[in-house]
Amino acid sequence: MDFELFTNILFATLRTGTPLILIALGEMVCEKSGVLNLGQEGMVLMGAALGFIAAVVTGHAGLGIIAAVLAGMMMSVLFAFLAVTLVSNQVATGLALTIFGTGLSGFLGAGYVGMAIDGIAPFPIPFLSDIPVIGKVLFSHDPLVYFSWFMFALIFWCFRSTRLGLTIRAVGENPEAANAIGIPVMKVRYGAILFGGAMAGLAGAYLSLVYTPMWSEGMSAGRGWIALALVVFASWKAERILLGAYLFGAASIMHLVLQGLGFEASPNLLAMLPYGATIIVLVIIASDAAKAKLSTPLALGRPYRPQV
Amino acid sequence: MNQIELNNITKRYPGCIANQAVELTVAPGEIHALLGENGAGKSTLMKIIYGVVKPDEGTMRWQGQEIVVKGPAHARELGIGMVFQHFSLFETLTVAENIALSLPKEEAKSLELLKQRIIEVSEHYGMKLDPNRYVHTLSIGEQQRVEIVRCLLQDVKLLILDEPTSVLTPQEVETLFKTLHLLSDEGCSILFISHKLDEVRALCDHATILKAGQVSGHCIPKETTTEELARLMVGDDTPLTEDYKKAEGAETYLSIVDLSHQSDDPFACTLKNISLEVKSGEILGIAGVAGNGQEELLNLISGEDTSAKETVFFAEKAVGNLTPEKRRVLGLGFVPEERLGRGAVPDMSLQDNGLLTGYQGDLTKNGLINTSKVKAFAQKIIEKFNVKAAGIHAQAKSLSGGNLQKYIIGREILQNPKLLVCSHPTWGVDIGAAILIRHELIKLRDQGCAVLVVSEDIDELYSISDRICAICDGELSPLAPTHDVSINQLGLWMAGDFQNHEITADVNPSSASQAPAQDPTQEGAL
Repeated sequence: MDFELFTNILFATLRTGTPLILIALGEMVCEKSGVLNLGQEGMVLMGAALGFIAAVVTGHAGLGIIAAVLAGMMMSVLFAFLAVTLVSNQVATGLALTIFGTGLSGFLGAGYVGMAIDGIAPFPIPFLSDIPVIGKVLFSHDPLVYFSWFMFALIFWCFRSTRLGLTIRAVGENPEAANAIGIPVMKVRYGAILFGGAMAGLAGAYLSLVYTPMWSEGMSAGRGWIALALVVFASWKAERILLGAYLFGAASIMHLVLQGLGFEASPNLLAMLPYGATIIVLVIIASDAAKAKLSTPLALGRPYRPQV
Repeated sequence: MNQIELNNITKRYPGCIANQAVELTVAPGEIHALLGENGAGKSTLMKIIYGVVKPDEGTMRWQGQEIVVKGPAHARELGIGMVFQHFSLFETLTVAENIALSLPKEEAKSLELLKQRIIEVSEHYGMKLDPNRYVHTLSIGEQQRVEIVRCLLQDVKLLILDEPTSVLTPQEVETLFKTLHLLSDEGCSILFISHKLDEVRALCDHATILKAGQVSGHCIPKETTTEELARLMVGDDTPLTEDYKKAEGAETYLSIVDLSHQSDDPFACTLKNISLEVKSGEILGIAGVAGNGQEELLNLISGEDTSAKETVFFAEKAVGNLTPEKRRVLGLGFVPEERLGRGAVPDMSLQDNGLLTGYQGDLTKNGLINTSKVKAFAQKIIEKFNVKAAGIHAQAKSLSGGNLQKYIIGREILQNPKLLVCSHPTWGVDIGAAILIRHELIKLRDQGCAVLVVSEDIDELYSISDRICAICDGELSPLAPTHDVSINQLGLWMAGDFQNHEITADVNPSSASQAPAQDPTQEGAL
């Protein structure tokens, strides 16, 4: 493997990991507040479809991103209304949201399949991108990659040292107690779900406007589910989500590279590589049951009914 | 001017009236007791004051002004603090973080400053706290301190305590009372809910007694006898005195030999070298503050958790590795702490709940259920144990705590167990039901059953146990006949001090003054 190939692999790894980071960070915040939203896949697809449509119609990729974020949030409001206000079963509602989003995005985007647009251009950071190797790998990306780092730092800091983070954790651990000390449980949960929706929508925009600037039905290819698993295996820790997402990205790229190099193995087995590798590594990291239990939101998936 | 005044408070729930036209007045600096049986409406009334529940009718005056409390946050702003019976703490957060969450934003800005204040306030009121510890590592007594300090940091004018002493060692109770006296001297009013009438007499200036949602009387506890107080609570028809003869027991039925156990659960307690024997025809009581290994020990006896085969014996048969089902066949009856969820399935009828552990008898044949026998069995429990329920088809969750407990204990007792293990048999149960339950346990003992009772209620253990010991931090104290163990001795055992033997001595007055200096909670933690 020559050096340039290696640089390219790393570059592609970061790109592949980015949508997973966005989805998983959003879902992590949502789950920290005690809400299990299995609708990620549906929200991502809606974001991808509406983002692409808006970009085609207006001619601005930037407007596409805004449309995608709003689409994700619309979907999550629907979920929040059902699961928080009407206290429906979170698992069933989330699954319904995925099925709904998959179908609706396919329907809305049907007329846009096969169209091509100019995606969002890379934005090499001046000077930094001139550094050999590192410049290419880290600082020659599109703005959304940088944004995913920013969101990672923001969420990491939020849960480490802000009152907001503390509040979200409190609601996810014991909503009754949180209510008793005056935390508005419903509002916090709505906020967390909306944030999750916005991030999923953004990830959708990344797929249809940056990663492969086009729309095709079901183009998220299960990334919503991977991200969900990632959150659990990462024990609800932002830094492990980052690690897991890039690991997945690296393994995804490696399976293409290995095929390209004529590696003698069934392509189906190679296609399993990213899933297997990510799960194995994260399971090993999270194998300390005692610590894992401390970071699990205790009220995850448990509906909260206020007393009257 | 009164601190708080409730007028004509009424709260109805579907099918029952929790509070009917309740009047309550508390003066500044007054310690006011609220007494009543389970379901008398005490908790509902407190929740109304604290803004968790909205009353249907009635008004509330706070320092002379009529107000409507919009919610807990509003109540805190006014200066009303509440310590719930089930703490509203977050186990995975530290003490400081827990407290920060309940304070207004401006006050909680700097965690370092807050830690300082926590240390200052907690020391001023004689309740030492380390703000950096995680709540799940604290003993129950310390967790309660967190709740109280949390209220004190907010310049509290009225502190509501819902059964605060039920989870404390005698020494901790003493510390708590000192704090409460100090608070009341500073002008803070205190509403004190308790089942323990002696404590109410020792602490409170006034008492209001609730019965079936209505105020049934007022009194000044210090001028009233415990019997009179109890009479006001339960009415005239329940016998109050309990005086049971102690028994010796015959052969050993249950024996545990050098049992050590570490659970996978990080919140669980590790058991260390536990050995004990329970004889047929005796009641062995294990005292201790919750979370010191009781649950882990009981799980190993019931078979919900297993250990090495040669650690638990039923009548010399090693059963350490057997499942609960196989142990039941050998004659085990088990009454777990949680009634709903472990003792009974909430959504199932009483009839089906009876079948749950009764299926080994003649209720089933060749795997088929004999419905008429199951019905008769459930009916028999309801009649013999005076369970108040809509009938055998009533759902378990529709019963009050006391009635469900009577049903569960009845179910176990009617299967004629050779060993009955009870966890907190009368926890949260009103006086009438508690007396019946204790009476049945004694009757079972006299029939030759080995009975093991784990409880936090020391009075109860003294009343029914023939031998007594305490568990602390996964270790068991020495076992001794109940009348040889003074309450101070037991308190020391509960705090983990097993060295200080004074078993043969009489009640030693000097040990009471030694005890608080011991800081029982330091060692009692997980």
